[in-house]
Amino acid sequence: MIRFVDVHKSYRVDSRDIPALKPFSLEIADGEVFGIIGLSGAGKSTLIRLINLLERPSGGTILVGDTEMTALAEPALRAQRRRIGMIFQHFNLLASQTVADNVAFPMRLAGERDDAVLRKRVDELLARVGLTDHADKYPSQLSGGQKQRVGIARALANKPSILLGDEATSALEPQTTASELDLLAEINRELKLTIVLITHEMDVVRRVCDRVAVLDAGEIVERGSVIDVFLHPQHATTKRFVNEALPEEAIGDEAAFARVPGRILRLSFRGDATWTPALGQVARDTGIDFNLLAGRIDRIKDMPYGQLTLAMQGEHIDAAMSALRNAGIDIEELRA
Amino acid sequence: MTTYAIQATPILRTLFPNIDDWGEIGHACIDTLLMLGGSLLLTIILGLPLGVLLYLTGRGQLRPMPKLYAITSLLVNVLRSVPFIILMIVLMPVTYFLVGTKLGIRGAIPPLVIGAAPFFARLVETALREVEHGVIEASQAMGASLWQIVRHVLLPEARGGLLAGVTVTAIALVGYTAMGGAIGSGGLGDLAYRYGYLSYKSDYMLVTVALLIVLVQLLQMLGDRIVAHYGRR
Repeated sequence: MIRFVDVHKSYRVDSRDIPALKPFSLEIADGEVFGIIGLSGAGKSTLIRLINLLERPSGGTILVGDTEMTALAEPALRAQRRRIGMIFQHFNLLASQTVADNVAFPMRLAGERDDAVLRKRVDELLARVGLTDHADKYPSQLSGGQKQRVGIARALANKPSILLGDEATSALEPQTTASELDLLAEINRELKLTIVLITHEMDVVRRVCDRVAVLDAGEIVERGSVIDVFLHPQHATTKRFVNEALPEEAIGDEAAFARVPGRILRLSFRGDATWTPALGQVARDTGIDFNLLAGRIDRIKDMPYGQLTLAMQGEHIDAAMSALRNAGIDIEELRA
Repeated sequence: MTTYAIQATPILRTLFPNIDDWGEIGHACIDTLLMLGGSLLLTIILGLPLGVLLYLTGRGQLRPMPKLYAITSLLVNVLRSVPFIILMIVLMPVTYFLVGTKLGIRGAIPPLVIGAAPFFARLVETALREVEHGVIEASQAMGASLWQIVRHVLLPEARGGLLAGVTVTAIALVGYTAMGGAIGSGGLGDLAYRYGYLSYKSDYMLVTVALLIVLVQLLQMLGDRIVAHYGRR
């Protein structure tokens, strides 16, 4: 568990305090993939660096497991940092060292000198990230995705319990991003590692995260399970992110609504509800008529979900709505 | 050291009528190389830590210490702004105290080192600043101590720049050793000054200058090769 309690951070610039993060509390559970999304300058880089204390908070307490990070002296802090892996947007590999030496580096820093032990562990890690054949290359000989895989192998070297990702996919091409995210999800599943990712891409959150916090101008404006935030975004910034990831279909806009008679509803269903023929059944039972205006069926991490905007006509709309709700479908009324 | 006069062949005698002992020139070459080697080694030993100190204590760096930085920086600038020939004369008492003589190769090395180390230190500082901040941050995140960062991140990552700095310093030292010749440190500069300048034997001047050019050229080529080989990025 990572816990922030009343943490805030400001920077002192020319004897003035510039707030970077307003006071907040946050808990990240063991084994979950937690996303922090925000625009550049929102404070997300600062937030993730508070976890391993690359940035010191101006106030508040940060706990990792039972350890109060903010109370540690330098040597104890270094020991704790070895248990928290970190990957970076620009990979930050040692250009003068081979792939194998880069991966062995954190173990050497931790005092491991036995070459046989190092080689065995490096082989394991490179096999996990699929770079076995590249052990003796230098970073400059690798593609962006391969460099990030070296970064991931390096971050896992000391068997950490937490992995921090600082815009880890932002410098990668879309296809590469997808396979790196698959790798992170696999690591999370198999090693039971807690992963904290910061990103400005909602797609990253949708693919791998369990929960998400939305950061806007130094403040957490929304947080919750990814599916809740996706289906029912509350804050304007969140809505923008969601719309970027899932643009509304053209017919679903206000202008189109004016041409359609009836009440306009947005139905959201998830998980098992996605697989049942609820809408057709309710329409038959209650005699209502519906006209689909917009919709999508997709998947958030491993959870299938759907969202349909439709115009409903008939005498028993209220009955139909309560029947749909009983079937586990969320309903928002866009026009009564 | 005993010197053996080496008689010149007729062709050399025609081209360089004043040079009757080529052994003396060979000897001067060896002296220059000894001064260069000795002072370069000590310059690196002294200048490298000084450069690391400048880097670490600089503004916004790993251990910012504005006062210490200002003092070190001033000292470096003062030593660099004194012309080497003046520095040599000013340092004579110090030289005598350190090595027991003001003359010869031994007498030349302390001023050479004191003159070149600050220069090299600045080159080290510049080379270290070229190391990406992200790489340093990554090693901090891995729990590296300051010493580990210097030893295993900064120095290896800046290797190319540091080796280029050694090359530039070695070449500057060739010039310094030649100047040292004027006040009795021996070597090629001494020959050029005594025979070429004071005795108007211009063929001596020609030969020593040609040898210095060859020496600088060789150092540059060697340096470039080493940088290309070890300065992998």
